[in-house]
Amino acid sequence: MLDSEIYRKLGLADIREKVADGGRLSLEDGQRLFDCPDILAVGSLAHHVRTRLHGNAAFYVLNQHINYSNVCVNGCRFCAFGRKKGDPLAFQMSVEEVLDKVRSRLGEPITEIHIVGGCHPDLPFSYYEEMLAGVRALRPSARIKAFTAVEIAHFARLGGLSVREVLVRLRAAGLDMLPGGGAEIFSPRVRQLLCPTKISGPEWLELSRQAHGLGIQTNATMLFGHLETTRERLEHLVAVRELQDETRGFICFIPLPFQTANTGISDIEPTTGIDELKTLAVSRLMLDNFPHVKAYWIMLTVKLAQVALHFGADDFDGTVMEERIGHMAGAQSEQALTRSRLERIIVEAGFEPVERNCFFEPVSRNP
Amino acid sequence: MLTERSGPSDRSRRLTFPEAADLYANADFYELGRRAHEVRMRKHPEPVVTYVVDRNINYSNVCVCGCRFCAFFRPPDHPEAYVLSRQELGAKIEETLRLGGTQILLQGGHHPLLPLSFYEEMLAFIKERYPIHIHAFSPPEIVHFARLEGMGIPEVLGRLRAAGLDSIPGGGAEILVDSVRRKVSPGKCTAGEWLNVMEEAHAQGLRTTATMMFGHEEGPVHRLEHLFALRELQDRTGGFTAFIPWAFQPTNTAISRFPETAVSYLRLLAVSRLVLDNFDNVQASWVTMGPKIAQLALQFGANDFGSTMIEENVVAAAGVHFRMPVDEIRRVIRACGFQPRQRTMDYGRVTG
Repeated sequence: MLDSEIYRKLGLADIREKVADGGRLSLEDGQRLFDCPDILAVGSLAHHVRTRLHGNAAFYVLNQHINYSNVCVNGCRFCAFGRKKGDPLAFQMSVEEVLDKVRSRLGEPITEIHIVGGCHPDLPFSYYEEMLAGVRALRPSARIKAFTAVEIAHFARLGGLSVREVLVRLRAAGLDMLPGGGAEIFSPRVRQLLCPTKISGPEWLELSRQAHGLGIQTNATMLFGHLETTRERLEHLVAVRELQDETRGFICFIPLPFQTANTGISDIEPTTGIDELKTLAVSRLMLDNFPHVKAYWIMLTVKLAQVALHFGADDFDGTVMEERIGHMAGAQSEQALTRSRLERIIVEAGFEPVERNCFFEPVSRNP
Repeated sequence: MLTERSGPSDRSRRLTFPEAADLYANADFYELGRRAHEVRMRKHPEPVVTYVVDRNINYSNVCVCGCRFCAFFRPPDHPEAYVLSRQELGAKIEETLRLGGTQILLQGGHHPLLPLSFYEEMLAFIKERYPIHIHAFSPPEIVHFARLEGMGIPEVLGRLRAAGLDSIPGGGAEILVDSVRRKVSPGKCTAGEWLNVMEEAHAQGLRTTATMMFGHEEGPVHRLEHLFALRELQDRTGGFTAFIPWAFQPTNTAISRFPETAVSYLRLLAVSRLVLDNFDNVQASWVTMGPKIAQLALQFGANDFGSTMIEENVVAAAGVHFRMPVDEIRRVIRACGFQPRQRTMDYGRVTG
């Protein structure tokens, strides 16, 4: 942490003390951090917490992203990926096509398969079960992280099943954990403007609670930099923190800067690097009960994600092939990073690279 | 002609080489940024970040140097080799002026055939027609002209100045250590020659900038030697307006390696700000690092956002294509809590 004199001058001496003592920050504290013009002062606090939790380690995963379909009934205004059924750019993979994607990379030591898609209006529930079972059979050693809370709720509604039943059946088919997408911003005001047909914030949280109750761990995200205020970001953080107090089922928090291109709100100004780093740092500081915070390079760019390892993030995500959701919205990052490149980025930032699986368990490989 | 010079240091003692090496190798990321930012705020207490509206015009891509890090040059007989016509040059300058530009950065390769009179006429052509500052010919070009004509550096500079040259860009410095230059740019002028051109230019009243291109085949010690060589010359002349470090971009070049990362860039930038205590200005390089890291550079010692680069060809040839319109530059500067302010080459204010 930087010198206490710096924080005294910024009027943040009490926050520095709380962070040093491992105390919990209030929403008001978070607001003062967002309002602080000194990005290094805020970042250094987050770095202190991140170092206390993980020392010098920075995690990454060898993963494969599969977006099985972009057909979606939700039509969220911030999305450049979703298409209505019948749209010339709409696609949906058959189970066999999904499995071909997995087969095409069987020679690589992938430990996590990340599968998400739109809320498709008529794919039967058996499609998802078969997909998971097929992937599981092809890659028994890889963990399958699939279907956001939004998709799970959609499957339940479409199939006339309870959420619990959906989760139990998907787990039986091969599901290991849920990714954290679809949380967006919980603020009802913003959701009404951006994604009125998507499940609400409380529904997203309730679904995560149910997953945790079944022993299925999940991640949590926050999409920021559109129409929300910093206060609404903080309310979002406090909401996931409260659920985490209750369930301890979240593994990783992922703040996602909104990518404007090709969306229904492309006229708003994109987030700048400073805002992205501050949001990451404040997330790390507020979420004292979350083990991990991710610098998702797909959205941040590789360069900023590397710097983010000094601003509270401890995870660099993965090698990622064929990511489509962020790139459809104009994300300027690469499509894939090799392991050696990833490790070098981490080492040059001054950290020790640790390969992990989706549960953040270190992966040991024989040389 | 020279404006007020930066004193060696407002701190009682300047960094020694071993101290700088220790900081560069061992200092905490935050500590380094904080110290550099403190120096920057002492030198420029106003919450302002400057930028210049200009265009990089490459009058020719013909070059016989064959530097291994370069993706821009073409040999003289290559189908893509070109020399800009007067008409093309004029059109580019007119567009620059229309966009509020105040200067052009005019550079080319080491063309084996064009005589010094070609460059004199080009300068005169521009000066007769356009009210624009000409920031032109990096030291390796000046050395090349001198060799080709069998002339001394003072005479070449004197003639170009008489023809309209206003200032000299700090390009071609690469790493100012001959053992490195022999590996990556054996056909280009030596470190001593580069420094000598700048010293002579300063003596003739021409202001110049200084650059460093790092992240190819040099080591950390060479980067520091580069900084100390610049500091020593600046002590004697005070003629440098700014220092601009930028990271080598390996695509399409004869050097195969990973590009320098953002964190290494920020560390080097901060160390530069700390070592070059007699330089007024340090520029962030959004062209190579992108706007997001350039913003952070403003917390790691940089006080200037460089140029709007209405046109840029050399970095683009190496596969990096960041684009920033003036409005976007102003927006990201404001997002860091600074006021954006357009400047001239010598850091005067642009009004109107």
